[in-house]
Amino acid sequence: MKSSVIVFPGSNCDRDVAVALEKLQFKNSMVWHKETELPKSDLIVVPGGFSYGDYLRSGAIAAKSNILSEVINVGKKGVLILGICNGFQILIECGLLKGALLRNAGLKFVSKDIFVKVQSNKNQFFNKYKTSGVLKLNIAHNEGNYFTDKKHLEELENNDLVPLKYCDKEGNIDLKANPNGSINNIAGIFNENKNILGMMPHPERMADKIISSEDGLGLFLSLMN
Amino acid sequence: MKFAVTVTLKKDVLDPQGKVVGQTLKNMGIQNLKQIRQGKFFEIEIDEKDTVKAESQVKEMCEKLLANNIIENFKISKTE
Repeated sequence: MKSSVIVFPGSNCDRDVAVALEKLQFKNSMVWHKETELPKSDLIVVPGGFSYGDYLRSGAIAAKSNILSEVINVGKKGVLILGICNGFQILIECGLLKGALLRNAGLKFVSKDIFVKVQSNKNQFFNKYKTSGVLKLNIAHNEGNYFTDKKHLEELENNDLVPLKYCDKEGNIDLKANPNGSINNIAGIFNENKNILGMMPHPERMADKIISSEDGLGLFLSLMN
Repeated sequence: MKFAVTVTLKKDVLDPQGKVVGQTLKNMGIQNLKQIRQGKFFEIEIDEKDTVKAESQVKEMCEKLLANNIIENFKISKTE
């Protein structure tokens, strides 16, 4: 599998993702945002961080960068795209994913381990997990409060386009387990074709037992399937 | 030609910052405060003499970058 990780000024999870990918023998390239061509890739990762210092709106400036027009092109052709945290914000700002990520309802930057429940494993990103499985992942963001209109929310829920929801340790999806006010406890969404995933939690931070756990590793393993 | 653009969150979108600012003003004794919504303000100057052209350019800027149409509204006014 060939992968590309896009790097913006202010990206800070790019190397973590690269380490996770390389651990699984992905042939990975780091691609600077000023490039106009992408190396041939089966997977493109838009990593977390603070691209352009979150100026204007998180992800808004990065969404207009050179390489993003290429990412949009190949994304529409079906190439797998994974946006994590700021990468999710960028995928929303460039229009590959619908909705918006608002400031956390509690007005605070939230950095902690949380639990998410896998809503469905019938897709390219979660096929190594069990449906209804609970994963411990890490979040670190200020704008992760997912919002969308009623019609789109119904589309998401009715078509299995919400693969991850915030829950508690036992898997209960309720307000208490919602770290940022996200509508319906949504932690990640797909586009209609399920080749593009945006998620706020960081799977790359849970990809090695030495530093944390391997709860996030299944996502990268699923992508190889 | 100069323009002023304000970008504000749509009515249905939660504005936690505005809420906190409003609560603080109430705590400061302003009891008749009904509502406050926080937004962004841009001063834009462009080298264009044709008002219609300039206005449509500013509108394009708003739609493509300055505002996120899903959650925000924008208002353009010509200042000079």
